Amino acid sequence: MPTNYFKNYPDPAGFFEEYGGSFIPPNLQTEMEKITDAYYSISKSHHFISELRSIRKHYQGRPTPVYFCNRLSEKYGARIYLKREDLNHTGAHKLNHCMGEALLAKYLGKKKLIAETGAGQHGVALATAAAYFGLECEIHMGEVDIHKEHPNVVRMQILGATVVPVSHGLKTLKEAVDSAFGAYMQDFENSIYCIGSVVGPHPFPMMVRDFQRVVGIEAKEQFFEMTGELPDNVIACVGGGSNAMGIFSAFLEDPECKLYGVEPAGRSFDLGEHAATMTFGTPGMIHGFKCYLLQDENGEPAPVYSVASGLDYPGVGPEHSMLKDWGRVTYETANDTETIDTFYELSRLEGIIPALESAHAVAYAIKLAKDHPRQSILINLSGRGDKDIDFVMEKYGLPK
Amino acid sequence: MENRITKLFTKKDKEILSLYFTAGYPELNDTETIISTLEKHGADLIEVGMPFSDPVADGVVIQKSSEIALDNGMTIHLLFEQLKEIRKHVSVPLILMGYLNPVMQFGIENFCKKCSEIGIDGTIIPDLPLEVYESEYKTIFETYSLSNIFLITTQTSDDRIRKIDGLSSGFIYMVSSSSTTGAKGAVDQEQLAYFERISKMELRSKRLIGFGISDKHTFQRACGYSNGAIIGSAFISSITGVGTVTEKVIQFMKKFD
Repeated sequence: MPTNYFKNYPDPAGFFEEYGGSFIPPNLQTEMEKITDAYYSISKSHHFISELRSIRKHYQGRPTPVYFCNRLSEKYGARIYLKREDLNHTGAHKLNHCMGEALLAKYLGKKKLIAETGAGQHGVALATAAAYFGLECEIHMGEVDIHKEHPNVVRMQILGATVVPVSHGLKTLKEAVDSAFGAYMQDFENSIYCIGSVVGPHPFPMMVRDFQRVVGIEAKEQFFEMTGELPDNVIACVGGGSNAMGIFSAFLEDPECKLYGVEPAGRSFDLGEHAATMTFGTPGMIHGFKCYLLQDENGEPAPVYSVASGLDYPGVGPEHSMLKDWGRVTYETANDTETIDTFYELSRLEGIIPALESAHAVAYAIKLAKDHPRQSILINLSGRGDKDIDFVMEKYGLPK
Repeated sequence: MENRITKLFTKKDKEILSLYFTAGYPELNDTETIISTLEKHGADLIEVGMPFSDPVADGVVIQKSSEIALDNGMTIHLLFEQLKEIRKHVSVPLILMGYLNPVMQFGIENFCKKCSEIGIDGTIIPDLPLEVYESEYKTIFETYSLSNIFLITTQTSDDRIRKIDGLSSGFIYMVSSSSTTGAKGAVDQEQLAYFERISKMELRSKRLIGFGISDKHTFQRACGYSNGAIIGSAFISSITGVGTVTEKVIQFMKKFD
């Protein structure tokens, strides 16, 4: 690991080694440069930082706790801890970067926030931020996800956001990004695109990571206070990778902490049946940045699938791509069945219903716990599962 | 062999009429018909779009045509096969327009080599950053006498335009600032100011204006500030719907007689 990591990655052009950058048409590039400049000047200012700190404490309810799982640890061995991002306001880590992005939008004098959403968590968080700051909000969402994540659609509408259904292609997250990007291209002078993860052209992967670092900073301190040591293993699910970057960022320079990103293996390892980008992808370009990508031989993004809408993306954050090449983070998978079993397991052993996305991380933690009964495991429980209950009951029913 | 774009500009530097269409649209094998009909009816330059599922620089009309073209089965490999045949009997300059990932997966060197073998004269890759072109691709493009064409907008700074002017070997493609491709009708004041600003810079490169052009009137207006213009969305819309593609192309080109 190089020292002074956060100053060097990304480089000034937005690259994490060969990944990232900004591969977009020149009209949008000018706008991205404005956002980058604003990010460096405004978001590092004293006023911005104090306002965001106050929001984190009084509005979001931070810090969220770290919790030791008594019964889960007893059953599977190891000492398993959860960073409770499900207790962050709106029920997921997404609000951490949405409040930051919306605050920046306010300083820039933008009127409208535009974004895509998969599971609806990012959409709800952004709609919340828009309400807080009195901005308009437009959320693009695939029709498949609209059906699957109905409670979140209603939440966004209650919060005053416009939900735009996306009906092309597979009608999931990738298409929602296409559609949101298109809407933004038509009106970038008045609006800002608040991308939902550590993806997209520079400066988004950096900006979203920096706004999510609060998760890791808190968790490291809390874990140390509880145990007097650092965790042996840190685990997070990876779709685009925002919650994972949030928690990993605090441990990157501690080589004794092993870091695991868990990707969705879906129904099988056949192309189109999963969204395990790091495991099966090759370097490519999507949505204006370079990363590992699931793609066909013509360079078209491949169809992807996961039981968790929030992980259903053929690309992944450029920083994750670099950390994979460095070998600093190990990327593993959990499939649909393991995820659903874990969804019930955590609910019934600990009284915590996890988001299906986060259940992937817990599923892998259970495997790891069995192999390393003496170690400690810190999981980023990135969101709560209320949004998933109708879908899970309808498709899988209660466990036998 | 001399680059056909360069050759064109030595013969003609006013009212260059350039047409864009998406390969594989409306039907997979319409490429040849469209190109040869366009050449026969007065197109000076033809841009052939390589369809991609995520065309961020394009408006709804071109996006939709790309989606249909991909469904029809269009790929870079197939397009090269078609163009190889077409090149045997057309002499109009041909430019390929598309996005970086499919080109990267084909292999940059491979792609340029193939273009040169077939007789493609230039490329427009809107998501290829100038800096990346300069540091990684420029030498390869030059080896195969391929002109890479850059886009400028109302917001592009003078410094950057000068830099692009220095790197351009075909022409500079002027687009609007605030949106994706798609004809908008009348030329407004902001656009005129932009056209005038660029004219006054006295660039060495030829310039084509590539937005808001749909008929003879808008075409001539744009030509007052440039060496010519590019029509995309309006042309694609005109070849959509009933009738043979040949008739529709002829019908459209009649507007510019």
